[in-house]
Amino acid sequence: MQTQTHTPTHAAAPMPPPMTAAQTAAEPKMSIRGLDFYYGQFHGLKNVSLDIAERRVTAFIGPSGCGKSTLLRTLNRMYSLYPGQRATGEILFHGRNILDPGVDLNMLRAKVGMVFQKPTPFPMSIYDNIAFGVRLYERLSARAMDERVEWALSKAALWDEVKDKLKQSGMALSGGQQQRLCIARAVAVQPDVLLLDEPTSALDPISTAKIEELITELKRDYTIAIVTHNMQQAARVSDFTAYMYLGELIEFGATDALFFKPQRRETEDYITGRFG
Amino acid sequence: MNDHTSKQFDVEMEAIRSGVLSMGGLVERQFKRAIQALEDDEDGELIDAVGADEQQINQLQVDIDQQCAQIIARRQPTAVDLRMILTISKVVNDLERAGDEIKKIAYKANETLGSDTLRRVRYYDVVRAARQAEHMLQLSLDALARLDPDAAVEIVDLDDAIDAAFSAILRQLISYMMEDPRTITPALEIVFIAKSIERVGDHAKNIAEAVVQVVRGKDVRHASAEQIRAELAGP
Repeated sequence: MQTQTHTPTHAAAPMPPPMTAAQTAAEPKMSIRGLDFYYGQFHGLKNVSLDIAERRVTAFIGPSGCGKSTLLRTLNRMYSLYPGQRATGEILFHGRNILDPGVDLNMLRAKVGMVFQKPTPFPMSIYDNIAFGVRLYERLSARAMDERVEWALSKAALWDEVKDKLKQSGMALSGGQQQRLCIARAVAVQPDVLLLDEPTSALDPISTAKIEELITELKRDYTIAIVTHNMQQAARVSDFTAYMYLGELIEFGATDALFFKPQRRETEDYITGRFG
Repeated sequence: MNDHTSKQFDVEMEAIRSGVLSMGGLVERQFKRAIQALEDDEDGELIDAVGADEQQINQLQVDIDQQCAQIIARRQPTAVDLRMILTISKVVNDLERAGDEIKKIAYKANETLGSDTLRRVRYYDVVRAARQAEHMLQLSLDALARLDPDAAVEIVDLDDAIDAAFSAILRQLISYMMEDPRTITPALEIVFIAKSIERVGDHAKNIAEAVVQVVRGKDVRHASAEQIRAELAGP
């Protein structure tokens, strides 16, 4: 009897292995090493080390007071605006520790932009909301500035909605539009990293979905770190998730793995709602 | 495992968990009845009871699946809760299919047999394989109740034994059929019974593998007993 070699017509495509935290180290945009943070006497972050991967979304989750916003605020040294707050350790960004005293904070904040929980448009026109920040760092011709404003508003998926009313006040936009305006403003100065601190907690579900869609678009060009109270949002938008509790980094890993089979019991309890 | 902050969530999870266990209990009872029907010929009452069990099992499948869908829609479960719900949804399918197979076994048990040689196969080898499958089902439901992933290793081994028993029964029957073509019809009935028993074993194995998924978050379907042992030894 003749035996025939069986050739499968549909060779099963192998599933890519889930990414591990170790793989974030491949291309870290920012590397946090042994970071401690103090609000006066209060020890807000305890020996935190993790990498923020380039062109990926890294989410920080955890209960109120766990240090996730504090961690985000160290990444562009926003805390330096407040007396009595200090950080020790290392946050390497382009080969430099941004916690060093000599760092130019204006340049740092241009490269590491931030968007806050409540939309914070400036009380000026939509156009000037974008142009204002650009003028601080660059001298552009009127035409180049027009292009930059259009580019930034397009990046933030807002251009079509506002192109006919650029001279109107940014405060007149809806909450969701205002938040996208703030994202456009951050993007306009062409940063490397975007920090989003609860960017949708004041928005309705449709505006939230638009921002989440925008985050997915923006990660093609930018490295994004987001703090969110909404765990499902972290699950939806992020590639990596860090779970924090009482100032400590409890678990950090690929979002797919962390939400399906976390390694630490504490993480499991938190994300399944068994906490406290 | 701690309780959820939302007590209602706990209540809902417990409802599907106890639902699937009582569904498993029904399938076990149904299987016992079917095996008894295999041993004692032509017991119409027993066969009716197996059919009635199957209807209850079908209804539980629909109910539990719906409860799983509602929890997913309303609570967006994650981690162990998500794994538990996915698993329960699979297990109710396996139990329902096992129930179908068991019904087939009982109904076929009513068929008459011609020769003494075939009677020996049916009353000895087939019943023995059915007992093995029953034992497997019991072990896998215990593993589910206790969330014990280690049972999967033993159950996968037992499944290999049932598969081997099925092949042996088939070989015997083929030789009888070749000797005497008049045995073909009754022999085929026995083949169908044996095949159904073998399928119940497969469903029991699926349940045990699903338990590994809940507890360890690892997918061990299509793995050998040795591979599962190695997986369970890992982190």
